Amino acid sequence: MATIVHKRDLTPITSLFEVDAPLIARNARPGQFVMVRADQRGERIPVTITDSSKERGVITLVIQEVGRTTRMVRSLEQGDDILDFVGPLGRPVELPGRGRVALVGGGFGAGAILSLAKELTVRGVHVSSIVGARNRDLIILDKEVGAHSKRLYLCTDDGSVGFHGFVTGQLAALVQEGDPFDEVFAIGPVAMMRAVAETTGRFGIKTQVSMDPIMVDGTGMCGACRLTVDGQLKFACVDGPFFDAHKVNFAEAIVRSKTYVDEERAAMTTAVARG
Amino acid sequence: MPMVQLKKTPLPALDAIQRRDGFQEVNLGYTPAQALAEAQRCLLCQEPACEDGCPVGVPIRDFIKLIAEGKPLEAVRRIKQVNSLPAICGRVCPQEHQCELRCVIRGKQEPVAIGALERYVADYEMNDRPGAAGVSSGHNGSTSNGHKASAKVAVVGSGPASLTAAGDLSRMGYQVTLFEALHLPGGVLMYGIPEFRLPKSIVAAEIDKLREQGVEIRCNTVIGRTITIDQLMNEMGYAAVFIGSGAGSPKFMGIPGENLTGVYSANEFLTRINLMKAHCFPDYDTPVKKGQRVAVVGAGDTAMDVVRTAIRVGAKEASVVYRRTEKEMTARVEDYRHAAEEGVIFRWLTTPVRLVGSGDGWVRGMECVRMELCEPDESGRRRPMPVPGSESVMEVDLVVMALGTNPNPTVSQSTPGLATDQYGHIKADPLTGATSKPGVFAGGDVVTGSATVILAAGAGKRSALAIHRYLSEKLNASVPGRAAGSH
Ligand SMILES: Cc1cc2nc3c(=O)[nH]c(=O)nc-3n(C[C@H](O)[C@H](O)[C@H](O)COP(=O)(O)OP(=O)(O)OC[C@H]3O[C@@H](n4cnc5c(N)ncnc54)[C@H](O)[C@@H]3O)c2cc1C
Ligand SMILES: Cc1cc2nc3c(=O)[nH]c(=O)nc-3n(C[C@H](O)[C@H](O)[C@H](O)COP(=O)(O)OP(=O)(O)OC[C@H]3O[C@@H](n4cnc5c(N)ncnc54)[C@H](O)[C@@H]3O)c2cc1C
Ligand code: SF4
Ligand code: SF4
Ligand code: FES
Repeated sequence: MATIVHKRDLTPITSLFEVDAPLIARNARPGQFVMVRADQRGERIPVTITDSSKERGVITLVIQEVGRTTRMVRSLEQGDDILDFVGPLGRPVELPGRGRVALVGGGFGAGAILSLAKELTVRGVHVSSIVGARNRDLIILDKEVGAHSKRLYLCTDDGSVGFHGFVTGQLAALVQEGDPFDEVFAIGPVAMMRAVAETTGRFGIKTQVSMDPIMVDGTGMCGACRLTVDGQLKFACVDGPFFDAHKVNFAEAIVRSKTYVDEERAAMTTAVARG
Repeated sequence: MPMVQLKKTPLPALDAIQRRDGFQEVNLGYTPAQALAEAQRCLLCQEPACEDGCPVGVPIRDFIKLIAEGKPLEAVRRIKQVNSLPAICGRVCPQEHQCELRCVIRGKQEPVAIGALERYVADYEMNDRPGAAGVSSGHNGSTSNGHKASAKVAVVGSGPASLTAAGDLSRMGYQVTLFEALHLPGGVLMYGIPEFRLPKSIVAAEIDKLREQGVEIRCNTVIGRTITIDQLMNEMGYAAVFIGSGAGSPKFMGIPGENLTGVYSANEFLTRINLMKAHCFPDYDTPVKKGQRVAVVGAGDTAMDVVRTAIRVGAKEASVVYRRTEKEMTARVEDYRHAAEEGVIFRWLTTPVRLVGSGDGWVRGMECVRMELCEPDESGRRRPMPVPGSESVMEVDLVVMALGTNPNPTVSQSTPGLATDQYGHIKADPLTGATSKPGVFAGGDVVTGSATVILAAGAGKRSALAIHRYLSEKLNASVPGRAAGSH
């Protein structure tokens, strides 16, 4: 059980939560995630640790509503308890100690790159953050991410703010203009991460992506989260979630992520309220 | 002299057709009259060979004698001196390879139904004296005393190894905290073995007993992630740690198509259903694919549990595919028989080489080859070899891999100084569970690889004693003037 100590709606579909979880906050490293279950009949879902504070004993999550469980979690308020809250899970992402790094975030990932930006900045790495959304109202945590980045680039599909186009367009433009990134990290929808991988592959830039397969336990026990990386079987929850973007079999991951589309649709049409 | 009853007193069971639709326990357990009749088949041997077959040495003759004398509660107390989980072991032990294999009357007659009798007395205690379950009557080692009570012991995991270790240690007077990664305790007993074979209320009763005994149970805590072993010992004041984290990491075959949608590991399929209640979707939020034509690869206990579960959630055709034969299969015979009664098809000497997908990535076929058995391999079983040109494709829409498991590396990778073998099993002394790290003990599947409930429970018991010895010595060493080994 973990208590929500602060909640802030970021967009009509995204909320930020600060959760009281001192043990998790103490050991959390950038790139790790928690498993969350909201009620006795609920599903266990993985959520990235966007930020954490050892001192305050809190974990920050950004939840984007895409289906039944994310909707249920988002309906919780300050003071409410989250029934099950486990972490920090996964391997911490391996971050460089110097050089120039681009962080690319879309969807909830636009917020989730914050923990990487903070740690890289502490290490003295030059951070450029590129975050995308459909329009300006859906941009999240740009101030926070900006505060821990040397440069912040906003991208919108409709051009309502920043670069008019996808994050990969902005990334390619920067590289072509002569910004020499040593490494790129991307968190967001799998289609975005695949596009980032294709873009950086063209330029030969080392890239890591935070894969988001369907998970059940999040502790390495079920194999639901398996991916093919460099021809090898990997469990994202214990071997990842970060993997070398140029070695991930994205086509397979995308097919697997659609396993339950019929059930997900059905879940949204049945009543959410229950005792 | 009554007529010799050649066969075991049959264990009443649900009708095969009826039980296919639900998760109700299949075996119903003996009535008092049946238990008495079965107990009377035992010769009460002077030197009971059956006891050599039990990995923990349950006093089988004595407990059966007590049943015959009409003293089931005393019988269960006798068992609990060495086995804390008789209601569970009576149900799931592979008795035909253990105690019942050694029973002297076996051969001319069927062996005494030791497992069913063990279950009978355990259930008797639980049902007939509500509340009595919490009284750990007659247990040896309940030597609670001042200096020991202050020591804190951490137990990692909550499968049979950990439940046994935690129970014994708390009875000895230690302050025990059990840490479980999942949201419910019980290990494989909870997420793996289905309700129709081991009702979850029985596992829950064991856990409640531990709570009543004062064991603190902390779920949602992954040791090695939420808290490391070093943090437990150096910062949180745990004087010793028992690791019973099991062998939960599923194996796959490495054949093409294994990551198609509709291909599960046994652990995933069973966890979705047993732990997350996915068969009750959308009342419960976790979904599961219910196949029409299901193939389960492997022929151990896990495969039987999967295939029988698949039938219960609606499979029209469910088969077990195994590269050897019925003779080499490792599943309990009773479960094999129950599976066959429920309509499972067994395809022996068959192994998948490729899974075939539809255009949209769903598994639709399983290409298999026929096998033949050649000379014995290192396990002593005859090695299966593929017959060239024998490929054929089975039509399937759900495939479950029940191929065994490896230890989860989270604990060992996060614990400096904890030695493991090349497969990731924690190296531990077979008699004490002592690992390479002082104060850290381990037992159960994480040490042996996938084995059995009773072996795990036995290891937990031995480690509890060893931890007691370790802590007593440590304490004596640190108290000036007290001779070591004074108790
Ligand atoms: C390592 C990791 C980190 C993540 N971090 C965040 C985050 O910080 N914020 C955030 O909003 N989301 C995050 N996600 C995604 C989040 O877990 C899913 O959006 C959520 O599970 C969807 O559940 P739902 O019931 O709301 O939607 P559903 O309608 O069930 O599913 C919508 C889509 O989400 C995916 N999904 C469904 N169930 C699961 C599951 N059990 N595990 C993973 N994915 C699933 C599927 O691809 C599905 O098509 C992360 C996922 C992973 C694997
Ligand atoms: C489907 C199935 C059917 C079986 N049927 C039988 C049978 O009929 N008879 C029989 O004798 N045996 C059977 N077995 C085998 C038997 O269940 C196991 O041998 C036994 O459960 C092992 O016990 P254990 O205590 O070592 O660990 P487990 O029961 O595996 O429990 C380990 C626990 O530790 C937890 N854990 C893991 N890592 C951590 C961590 N880092 N921090 C905290 N907690 C952690 C896990 O979540 C789990 O709950 C079966 C196994 C399966 C999978
Ligand atoms: S614990 Fe298992 S092996 Fe031992 S006597 Fe009981 S049923 Fe037989
Ligand atoms: S060997 Fe068989 S007959 Fe002899 S004591 Fe054991 S159960 Fe009874
Ligand atoms: S989520 Fe079960 S193994 Fe990764």
